[in-house]
Amino acid sequence: MLIDALLLQLGYNATLVAIGATLLGVSAGVTGTFLFLRKRALVSDAISHATLPGVCLAFILMASFGGDGRNLVGLLLGSAVSASAGLWCLNWLTRNTRLAEDAAIGSVLSVFFGFGIVLLTVIQTLGVGRQAGLEGFLLGSTAGMLWADAMVIAVGGAVTLLLILLIRRPMTLVAFDPEYAAARGLPVSKIDMAMMGLVMAVTVVGLKIVGLILIVALLIIPAVTARFWTERSDYVVLLAGLAGGLSAYIGAAMSASAPNLPTGPIIVLMSFALFLFSLLFAPNRGVLAAVLRHFRFQRRVHLRQGLLALAQGQPIYEKLTLRLLRNGGLVRADGVATDKGKARAAKALRDERRWAVVRADQAHEAAAALYDGLRQIESVLTQDQITEIDRHIGGPKEVLA
Amino acid sequence: MSGEEFVPLSLTPLLIGIFAAVACALPGNFLLLRKQALIGDAISHVVLPGIVVAFLLTGAISAAPMMLGAAGAAVVAVVLIEAIRRLGRIEPGAAMGVVFTTMFAGGVLLLEQTDTSSVHLDVEHALYGNLESLIWLDATGWSSLLDPQALAHLPVELPRMALTLLAVVLFIAVFWRVLKISTFDEGFARTLGIRTNLLGLALVITAAVAAVAAFDAVGSIIVIAMFICPPAAARMMSNQLEGQVAWSVGFAVLSAVFGYVLAGYGPLWLGAQDAVSAAGMIATVSGLILAVSARFGPCRNRSGAPVGV
Repeated sequence: MLIDALLLQLGYNATLVAIGATLLGVSAGVTGTFLFLRKRALVSDAISHATLPGVCLAFILMASFGGDGRNLVGLLLGSAVSASAGLWCLNWLTRNTRLAEDAAIGSVLSVFFGFGIVLLTVIQTLGVGRQAGLEGFLLGSTAGMLWADAMVIAVGGAVTLLLILLIRRPMTLVAFDPEYAAARGLPVSKIDMAMMGLVMAVTVVGLKIVGLILIVALLIIPAVTARFWTERSDYVVLLAGLAGGLSAYIGAAMSASAPNLPTGPIIVLMSFALFLFSLLFAPNRGVLAAVLRHFRFQRRVHLRQGLLALAQGQPIYEKLTLRLLRNGGLVRADGVATDKGKARAAKALRDERRWAVVRADQAHEAAAALYDGLRQIESVLTQDQITEIDRHIGGPKEVLA
Repeated sequence: MSGEEFVPLSLTPLLIGIFAAVACALPGNFLLLRKQALIGDAISHVVLPGIVVAFLLTGAISAAPMMLGAAGAAVVAVVLIEAIRRLGRIEPGAAMGVVFTTMFAGGVLLLEQTDTSSVHLDVEHALYGNLESLIWLDATGWSSLLDPQALAHLPVELPRMALTLLAVVLFIAVFWRVLKISTFDEGFARTLGIRTNLLGLALVITAAVAAVAAFDAVGSIIVIAMFICPPAAARMMSNQLEGQVAWSVGFAVLSAVFGYVLAGYGPLWLGAQDAVSAAGMIATVSGLILAVSARFGPCRNRSGAPVGV
């Protein structure tokens, strides 16, 4: 069943939903990346909640003029208008008052959403008949999606992607270094506005599929996921698009394959699964990589301390150190150093002595700053410098009995 | 309107609304100043999965396990946000966005998967509650306030909300000084020996308790609005913490009263038949108060910032 759904074999409607969701996921992932890099991820939360009053007002308007209140284009237009009103309020509050951005986000989202709910109850009591799944916009509903609806979503997603392609370079610059962008003469506030406009477009397009509460997830989670895998912004954008598209596609297919699996939540949980995988297993930034790095570091410290202890003839009791030395063939089972161990220990002690000279010498200040007890001195100083230091220390001396 | 009508139908929802608003606005002041205003938003989203899980485990709609489940979910969310922020080195806003949307999605999915047709548990109810239904049927007029028999049938949400408010007030009163110091200068607070981490966690838990109790009575939208709007409006009115808290309580009461009255009677004045959502109206009124104070409040500018920039 799931295979059928993934291969788009579950009939016309499911196919429409899957394609629309995939396009939406890609554009949400790509757009969200810029938002995330700009550290304004939660602005999308305010924007998405602010769409509700617009949807309701558009419904009331269209219904009271005798039209079909459920016309998707009309509803989406209404939602875009009220989302931009919310965005304007948000910007005004952060610019003209002492409120921080998070407080402005919270107040805009709660007030607009509260007002939207008032309007929802107005519609319920207005008696214009079935308020017709306006609640579907809260959590998304893909059942009974029409070809026209799917086209609106597909075209909206495609246009958003195209716009991003056009202004991705200035947006990246502004996301990383707004001051530099301003100094280069870029209109930072306009680019910010364009970024928010794109977020708004994705939100509005996504209302029908995932609903206004969960569209935030599609904007944030893929971007965060992609950030784990690479340090380059253009790759982050591509990967975020991929993660968003993949989770939306699989989510839509899964929800079509079984009853009682609402599309929006499934898509969100799917993208969270990708996020979790990345958090754990991404190279370099993942948790597993960090744990491995920690153990490697621990081994180096223990080995180094063990060698120094050997060189100075001190007994070693610590189990991990002993095991490491034994596994390296540096000590015998009874704890006595082998020839190889003696050589390595002598080298370690000599390096410490060299470092002591380096750190005492003002001329080597830059090199001395790199001392952390583990660094190979050969990786910091040239062979000539080391020979010079060795001349200060002097060679091995005869031990007088 | 006479007491015969007012006391049974409007007194209890009005009181519950006021208590809920104040209980959320009080910790909201500190969250706002600590730039953690959106914690309220996150908590009110994750309460849903907590309640659904509690319902699945106990199989019944009863208050105690649901409150426990919701509070548990709030704590889980706070821990998860912190874990993801540290493990993944992600900025706090994005970490919060990942956690609360996922938990909310999980809650919705669980809700759809279980058969809750026999009980009153759905997403809409969780979002905007049903303040209007918390009526006191046994009351006959103002005299019922002294009648122990009628008092015994008060909606259970009223004493619960009052207790919560009391607990929040106590917490803030007892820890007032340390809260104030650690909110404005965390480093200084630490040199005084104040355990700022624990205090921050305690504040978030207090907020969560207030949110869960209010959520049970009035839905999550009021919770978010009351955590942020009255303190934000109060911030425009005063430069003193004491003044800000006092103003925020006043604004919270004002929005609860006006919101409730407007929702209940406003449509009737306009000639419509039915009332609109009280929770939504309370949030709207608090937004209007914020708008007015942001435009005209005496302390609306950042201190030191030139006027009009």
